[in-house]
Amino acid sequence: MTSVSGAPAVRSPLAAINVSRRFLRAILPGLSLVLVLAGIAWMNPRAISYFGINLMLNLAIPVALATIAQMFVITVNDLDLSIGTFVSFVACVGATWLHDNPLFGIAVLAAAVGVYALTGAVIYLRNVPSIVVTLGMLFVWQGLAVLVLPKPGGKAPDWLHGLMNLHPPYVPFPIVAALIIAAIVHVGVMQTSYGAILRGSGGNPIAIGRAGWSLLKTKVAMFTLAGVFGVFSGLALIGLTTSADANIGKGYTLLSVAGVILGGGEFVGGRVSPIGAVIGALTLTLAGSLLNFMRISPDWQVGAEGAILIVVLAARALINRTGRGA
Amino acid sequence: MNEPSGNIVTLNGVEKSFGAVRALAGVDFVVAPGECVGLVGHNGAGKSTLMNILAGTLSADTGEIIIGGAPQRNFSVVLAHKLGIRCVFQELSLCPNLTVAENTRVLHHAIAGFGWRTRAGRLISNQLDEIFPEHGIATDAVVGDLPIGKRQMIEVARAFTITDSPLRLVILDEPTSSLDTHRASQLLSYVRRVIGKGASCILISHLLGEILENSDRVVVMRDGKVVAVDRASGFTRDKLVAAMGATAVAKTRSTEATGARRGSTPVRVQARPATQTDSLDLVAHEGEIVGLAGLAGHGQTELLLSIFRASTRGRRFVRRDSRNILPTAQSEARSTVPGAPGLPDIASRSLDDGAKSGVRARSPARNASRSDAGRRSLIRVTDPVALIAGDRQSDGVFPLWSIAENIGIRSIAALRKGVLLSPERETEFAERWQQRIKIRTPDLRNNILSLSGGNQQKALFARALGSEAKILLMDDPMRGVDVGTKLEVYELIRSEATAGRTFLWYTTEMEELENCDHVYVFRNGRIVADLRRDELSEERVIQSSFEEAAHP
Repeated sequence: MTSVSGAPAVRSPLAAINVSRRFLRAILPGLSLVLVLAGIAWMNPRAISYFGINLMLNLAIPVALATIAQMFVITVNDLDLSIGTFVSFVACVGATWLHDNPLFGIAVLAAAVGVYALTGAVIYLRNVPSIVVTLGMLFVWQGLAVLVLPKPGGKAPDWLHGLMNLHPPYVPFPIVAALIIAAIVHVGVMQTSYGAILRGSGGNPIAIGRAGWSLLKTKVAMFTLAGVFGVFSGLALIGLTTSADANIGKGYTLLSVAGVILGGGEFVGGRVSPIGAVIGALTLTLAGSLLNFMRISPDWQVGAEGAILIVVLAARALINRTGRGA
Repeated sequence: MNEPSGNIVTLNGVEKSFGAVRALAGVDFVVAPGECVGLVGHNGAGKSTLMNILAGTLSADTGEIIIGGAPQRNFSVVLAHKLGIRCVFQELSLCPNLTVAENTRVLHHAIAGFGWRTRAGRLISNQLDEIFPEHGIATDAVVGDLPIGKRQMIEVARAFTITDSPLRLVILDEPTSSLDTHRASQLLSYVRRVIGKGASCILISHLLGEILENSDRVVVMRDGKVVAVDRASGFTRDKLVAAMGATAVAKTRSTEATGARRGSTPVRVQARPATQTDSLDLVAHEGEIVGLAGLAGHGQTELLLSIFRASTRGRRFVRRDSRNILPTAQSEARSTVPGAPGLPDIASRSLDDGAKSGVRARSPARNASRSDAGRRSLIRVTDPVALIAGDRQSDGVFPLWSIAENIGIRSIAALRKGVLLSPERETEFAERWQQRIKIRTPDLRNNILSLSGGNQQKALFARALGSEAKILLMDDPMRGVDVGTKLEVYELIRSEATAGRTFLWYTTEMEELENCDHVYVFRNGRIVADLRRDELSEERVIQSSFEEAAHP
């Protein structure tokens, strides 16, 4: 409503609805997490303890890191289908070369991040759909992972294993890690001035270009960050499992996309939330535990996770509907 | 033009081609300091291309660009900004996912580091205060949540903000297209103040009155060339139109007394906004053009949308209702989901009308505004409805489809052959309308976006007029369309109305209201005045828009 004298009378209720709608949307990821936790507490009260949470959420850290990686790509309106096999590749490198020859291992991982940056550049410069490019990369990483580690095995570096098995007082490590990841990425993407440009390049790339920013740079920046967080994810994963296999990251692609969306992100338009994405990853991981406690056979678990996703998305769609027509 | 040193901008022989299309065919153009240059021309005359070159977003094929006396080689957006050239583009250039403050930061590379958000917020809010007092825009509001009028205010204000680089020239491309009269005049008076301080401005507008009143000099473009340049006082409206080469259609203002005709034809639409406190209804008869006037965003679009919703929902209900022989149905304005499909309320019946006015209601319609839950919105529609959206980019065109597909989509049932769509019929249908409405394109199978803005709008008109709809809702569709196209479309609307169609036309331009048989003025979501053709005047409309006028 354009305001003229007297208009505020009309505007204020609308504004209130807008605010409450945004608020509802913002708490939705947290609410789903609380619901899943409540379900677990109800099924198995003993699970809600320092060690219970440690056990249930351990694997949430690599998932959260992969989700953040996916979020960076989604911010610039692309989708990374290769993140799962990339995590596998990193895990294989981590359990072999990084353990045996740290310098060489680091160089290989750095080169892998470089390939990610290059992927972003190709997508921007050649204007090819990211789905096509990253689908191709999916097979590249998968193949490389098998080449590095044909049979399951290897050994994670001790420092990684030590890091992932920290036992901080009172608060379980996965929660501390989730808080740190969410806080760092939130400040970087949502609070810094260049973060605004990065998100803006997903919202209206033309406007960003017209304001004199390089869209190639934003695209490459986001893909590089995705590569970096993909490396973190793979390393965190072998820190927990101590060994690797070429299929270890299978399923991470879809989990990461689901986590971003569950956390309040949108596929297009640069609307993402790092805190939401981390919460989304935690929710998805815990949902697995909840389904275990409910004695739902693993065959059905993927379907059940999908159902949770649909319920949350339906709730979001309903909230959005309430605000339309204003 | 020979002493470029004094000028802010000098363009010499600038040419630009897009493939085979020659957008600019050797343009010479100057802007002096402290001058407002009005730039007019048809859509497709090359104005936007020229401005894009000045703003650095496009580079010229040949020609000389001299800014502040210095010839520019690798001219770019960054350089243009540094040299003090700002551009407000016709299509909005804000990021909808960012806040007002963040969008300000996007334009100013200098706003960075700790506290940038506060600084950007202060910058834009001071500027908004200065141009549009009482704008009511919060700097932490997400732009996508704001109505289009406010977005345009932000965009304009943002162009005038200054950080590290000076402000020498502001290019305003249709800056008032989404602003109401009040905001537009605030903007234009601010532009004059800025010019008084020595900055320059290029004003592009299809509102020739706006150009003549606010420019010092007017440049007319046609077919990629400058065809006339003179002081604004040397031009009149008609001279401008002639220079632009507009299809000379004499303004036929039918003066027939429509008051007498009213009532002789059946009522097609009767609608009362949900926020209406009295019993004033919008009524549209067969063959009428009914105008919805008032300041932008005062409930006109909402009412059109609820009429549209009422009609589409009606189709499902009619079968059910006909068994019950329910003359009218009314629904409570609920505080829920306006657009969501819901169950019909057959609970309440209104006794007063239906039989009396000869209207059979098809459906209950839900309130568009949630602010007054509990009040009733009453909408009756008798015939199929088509809507011509105001925001053609987001609500009008299907950007991936061809022109023919875009035209045919509203009439898909008629274009079938068996159960499948017949491409031949679709093409034939589109060709018929191309000739009727004169869409300028070499091939209807081209993508819709290959058309200029005005021609895209024509395609949307063709979509609606080609359908079986008897009632056409127009949500200010002529925004930013050139005069020639407008006159052609007005003509078409009048002839379709004579043939029995009903038009509901929301517009913010007085000129367009003069085509209407009856005008309803809106204020704060309510109808506040009901003017017959012979009562219509700009003063009456403005008066009613700003204060409650006593209506008969």
